[in-house]
Amino acid sequence: MNAASLPHPTGDVLLYVNGVTVSFDGFKALNELSLVVEEGELRTIIGPNGAGKTTMMDVVTGKTRPDSGEVFFRGNTDLTRLDEAAIANLGIGRKFQRPTVFENLTVFENLELALADSRGTWRTLFARLTPERHARIAAALERIGLAEESQKPAGTLSHGQKQWLEIGMLLIHDRQLLLLDEPVAGMTDRETEETAALILDLARDRTIIVVEHDMAFVRSLGARVTVLHEGSVLAEGSVEHVQNHPRVIEVYLGR
Amino acid sequence: MGARSPWGPKFWVGFAVCAVVLVVLLPVLNRAVAPSSPVAVPDYLVPLLGKYLCYAILALSLDLVWGYAGILSLGHGAFFALGGYCMGMYLMRQIGTRGVYGNPLLPDFMVFLQYKELPWFWWGFDHFLYAAALVMLVPGVFALIFGWLAFRSRVTGVYLSIITQAMTYALWLAFFRNDMGFGGNNGLTDFKDIIGFDLHRPTTRLGLYLASAVGLGIAYLLCRFITNSKLGRVLLALRDTESRVRFLGYSVTNAKLFVFTLSAVLAGIAGALYVPQVGIINPSEFSPGNSIEIAIWVSVGGRGTLVGAILGAGLVNLAKTWLTSAAPEIWLFILGGLFILTTLVFPRGILGIFRQLRWTRPGAKSPAAPPLAVGESGAAKEQA
Repeated sequence: MNAASLPHPTGDVLLYVNGVTVSFDGFKALNELSLVVEEGELRTIIGPNGAGKTTMMDVVTGKTRPDSGEVFFRGNTDLTRLDEAAIANLGIGRKFQRPTVFENLTVFENLELALADSRGTWRTLFARLTPERHARIAAALERIGLAEESQKPAGTLSHGQKQWLEIGMLLIHDRQLLLLDEPVAGMTDRETEETAALILDLARDRTIIVVEHDMAFVRSLGARVTVLHEGSVLAEGSVEHVQNHPRVIEVYLGR
Repeated sequence: MGARSPWGPKFWVGFAVCAVVLVVLLPVLNRAVAPSSPVAVPDYLVPLLGKYLCYAILALSLDLVWGYAGILSLGHGAFFALGGYCMGMYLMRQIGTRGVYGNPLLPDFMVFLQYKELPWFWWGFDHFLYAAALVMLVPGVFALIFGWLAFRSRVTGVYLSIITQAMTYALWLAFFRNDMGFGGNNGLTDFKDIIGFDLHRPTTRLGLYLASAVGLGIAYLLCRFITNSKLGRVLLALRDTESRVRFLGYSVTNAKLFVFTLSAVLAGIAGALYVPQVGIINPSEFSPGNSIEIAIWVSVGGRGTLVGAILGAGLVNLAKTWLTSAAPEIWLFILGGLFILTTLVFPRGILGIFRQLRWTRPGAKSPAAPPLAVGESGAAKEQA
């Protein structure tokens, strides 16, 4: 698929990535990558190591500036011109590959910081925890199953619990687009199942892009799959479609 | 379910007890008790205690940025000195015709250096309120510009510490120069009075001591308010994982800039209270070593605790006063040893030892592992 064959962004398109190239010391992490994600969609992105999955997320969230290409959100917001904080405030949330929660804050405080609320320094200084905000945090704690751990420092949680807390932090911020980077990495089978259920539940009212290695997990999500290889899209379609795609079998699934 | 209130009755009782000891008991022991009494506080001790209180405000200001936001500033001595110089300039103008040369407009050193007229940056310093405003504005604006450049470029960890050292070193060299118009090597001294009160009278000194005590109380309450606010939690969060805070939509630059500037203002106020009590301000206050010493006070007391910073400033300076007269040649070894010891063995300082003892009692819950050398680990994470 090349850039020319992409339809122009319409009202339904939430994220429009066109011809994005990022190179590090001559190595092209992304090579003319083009990708369209529609509003309300659940999309999984797979690909071997070094295919550019994390770099793609870095570009969308403003961590990395592309050398060329365009990235639009909601049709007309150019994400390549904004910094991380501004992009986060547009409603794009990201979960990192390694769980990164604030270890020295309690679970409750982690969610408090993620709460959709004014981010201004001055407003933050005088912010009050109203009963309404309190209730929203409590509801999120229930949904991610960490109500019991509310007052524990996040650093004491298990690996799986940290992943859920991070998802909970995205959830409570009311993001329209969530980018989840390997959300089940290092999880037990049971935790993986619970996480799949949580993601499907979240996907009912927001757009989610999941980057994942675990094919069983990708299958359990049953969503449209994009396969990345060497910084560009190799194939796109249903799980069955990409699994039977000869090039995909060759570079990724083939064994 | 929310954490227990930081402003509960237990806190206020503790605060009131400290306030009564510093603001009521000490002055009474100084003024109302016969000098021969064993509990009397002699006059010579009052400015010494006042000096410790100024150091405590300075330590508090560093703890706010280092202990909470992970900004290990090794240039806080510069903000302290800038505040001190502003106060010194006011005190110089108050000398009037009582100087050696009796010039009503120019301070002695300017007459000596053959200045024809008062440099423009000395204008207005004969007014106390103007000087008091500049005591806060000069370090504040300086920190705002310096911080904006540093934080916007995402300079963190040891790199930030190094450029703050360079900043204070540059100012140190600049203030040594006679052409700067701040008295060069000798600095500003021979002060006579402050808002009409003779600086050499014990009652004036007690007044300055009281002003320092009140200043410390206000600074402490302000820092406690900030660190217990949601912004305080944002600071702790960015201390540990700065990039994550950005992805949550907070401006790390603005949050850091806010505390850094406020902290510089507090350091400036500390310097302004300090100068009339010690009677001199000279470029040595800018020396890089001074700024490192502040970090030692904070780490000995326990960083990220506020109370620890006050405690550390008091104890280390008490030891300094005693040892620099009892055994001056070993003082620097003790200071260095203290820093190594606290870093290696008691990373949470004196306050950390007390908390550890409380937690290791049977039935008590163990706390999370303390964050080690936040500046450095923060830098490592940013590089990763």
